[in-house]
Amino acid sequence: MKNFYHADKNGYYGKFGGAFVPEMLYSNVEELRLKYLKVIQEDSFQKEFNQLLKDYVGRPSPLYFAKRLSKKYQTKIYLKREDLNHTGAHKINNTIGQILMAKRLGKKRIIAETGAGQHGVATATVCALMGMQCVVFMGEIDIARQAPNVARMKMLGATVIPAISGSKTLKDATNEAIRDWINNPEDTFYIIGSVVGPHPYPDMVARFQSVISEEMKKQLKEKEGTENPNYIIACVGGGSNAAGAFYHYLDNEKVKLIAVEAAGKGINSGKSAATSLLGLDGVIHGSRTLLMQTKDGQITEPYSISAGLDYPGVGPQHAHLFKSGRADFLNATDDEAMQAGLELCKLEGIIPAIESAHALAALDKMEFKKDDIIVVNLSGRGDKDLNIYINYFNY
Amino acid sequence: MMNRINQKLHEEGKLLSIYFTAGYPKLKDTVSIIKNLERAGVDMIEIGLPFSDPLADGPTIQQSSTKALKNGMTTEVLFSQLKDIRKSVNIPLLIMGYFNPIIQYGVEEFCNKCFEMGIDGLIIPDLPVDVYHEKYQTIFKKYNLVNIFLITPQTSVERIRFIDSISNGFIYMVSSAGTTGARDSFGESQKDYFKKIAKMDLRSPQIIGFGISNKKTFQSVIQYAKGAIIGSAFVKFLNKNSIGDIKNFINSIR
Ligand SMILES: Cc1ncc(COP(=O)(O)O)c(C=O)c1O
Repeated sequence: MKNFYHADKNGYYGKFGGAFVPEMLYSNVEELRLKYLKVIQEDSFQKEFNQLLKDYVGRPSPLYFAKRLSKKYQTKIYLKREDLNHTGAHKINNTIGQILMAKRLGKKRIIAETGAGQHGVATATVCALMGMQCVVFMGEIDIARQAPNVARMKMLGATVIPAISGSKTLKDATNEAIRDWINNPEDTFYIIGSVVGPHPYPDMVARFQSVISEEMKKQLKEKEGTENPNYIIACVGGGSNAAGAFYHYLDNEKVKLIAVEAAGKGINSGKSAATSLLGLDGVIHGSRTLLMQTKDGQITEPYSISAGLDYPGVGPQHAHLFKSGRADFLNATDDEAMQAGLELCKLEGIIPAIESAHALAALDKMEFKKDDIIVVNLSGRGDKDLNIYINYFNY
Repeated sequence: MMNRINQKLHEEGKLLSIYFTAGYPKLKDTVSIIKNLERAGVDMIEIGLPFSDPLADGPTIQQSSTKALKNGMTTEVLFSQLKDIRKSVNIPLLIMGYFNPIIQYGVEEFCNKCFEMGIDGLIIPDLPVDVYHEKYQTIFKKYNLVNIFLITPQTSVERIRFIDSISNGFIYMVSSAGTTGARDSFGESQKDYFKKIAKMDLRSPQIIGFGISNKKTFQSVIQYAKGAIIGSAFVKFLNKNSIGDIKNFINSIR
């Protein structure tokens, strides 16, 4: 039988996925499940979505041939420039899609979770754009670590609520957002920031991010005469930029998919976020997937120098891509990512987000042929990470 | 053998069920809390297996769970504490917990252990009805465990009928849209919802939970259902009072 890598009608990717939500959320999730495909396929939705991606986000994002980087690795490396999007990362592709969905479902109030603040900023941005009320949950510890993004969200009109439960970081912010949704079942839409959460979120978010690989196909055809690269490399936190970069290539097994997770201080250091390697099958935030946990099923706090990658779970599609072997899962330590980030600055004049630097760090771990075509999804820019770069390299 | 929960549901009168978090306030309080609750005349007990990420719970139960885990509570520890519970306690006992720790233990193994210890039912808020129905129902039945489903004011009439049709204990009626947590009173919209459900004439008796905190809220909901569940208010009580005083709390309710 042919392998199938997309969500089935109940939101399963192999054994992963589904909607493990308490009854209090059932009607909300079910409403979305019943309507999301129909809404996305409407002409008026597609028209508005594509127009905003073009005029507001600045798409298509360039596919840039990185000449000096290619020379170093003796192959052909392209960078998919999601860093050039409005607000600086791929996250906005998803928030534009979801806010249009929220509007069509007649919702009045938007909630979101955020870790580093990138998704929070992207959500606050589209709420300002649409004139909708926006509440962002953010771990108390992250609020302290990411002050500029907190200020950005506030300038954009969002209310930022500290998550003070549990470990006070991204997973707890997600719990708080889910609790808020339970408490406001009628008028509120939850804009999730990655391909995580209960079905239909992983599939819906992947569809909104799939514009990345849709453009890649056209751009490669133009530049290389083929739609298909040999490798696509993307970092994986929850997995949305990777899901978007892989989307239109999933069924073309000649294109090798490389997912790069954060190894933090090292896979065996106890301070890592390499979920596919270290995680066990379970349920987190409404989805059956791989997650980092103790042997008795308590969810543990991951670690990475990159705030966007330290999520204890991974999207169910990625869990399936990992288990089925469709994607190779590599990982990069803090040090490897920081060096790879700096290398891109020096060789190409691009300061990448530290998340994206993890994808770049994979280049050094792989073997390429001279005429291989490699696309690295440069998911975001490094402005938000300047402080971390400065402290790390002592600039 | 008829499950103790069903026996209890057949008895006359309204039921008071109490939730507490195992391992809170102290790791080893579990058994003595259960015994004191039975002695105080409680009809049924829900033993909370603490979870790191209890997303259907409000602040009180979040905090008791965090503390219980810090105290060292685990599935193994809870099972070892409850090993001989049926030598001294007769009322129905349920375990309420999230699905992830149960998956890690192994669903069948978990059910088997519950059966051996004399646990009568499980409440797993994030195990969806359809997944239970398709995948786990036979296991639960094999170990004579009642699985308790929740309904909320948002649950549609057809879905309530479906839940009622596959339910073999009581239906846990969540009082209002929200996470767990004590409330002071119930408004008209909640009462309308209680009345609507009462009129549906379901096979399964209903027990109302979430927000019941004192005599007033207890009395106001039991006119519409077979009983009520108190959780957060009892957990708060334990935070400030000794286990020996549990009877005072229960006496203040009915
Ligand atoms: C620039 C950037 N890349 C990647 C990620 C990781 O998320 P995902 O795996 O969903 O793409 C984030 C998350 O904040 C991010 O900001």
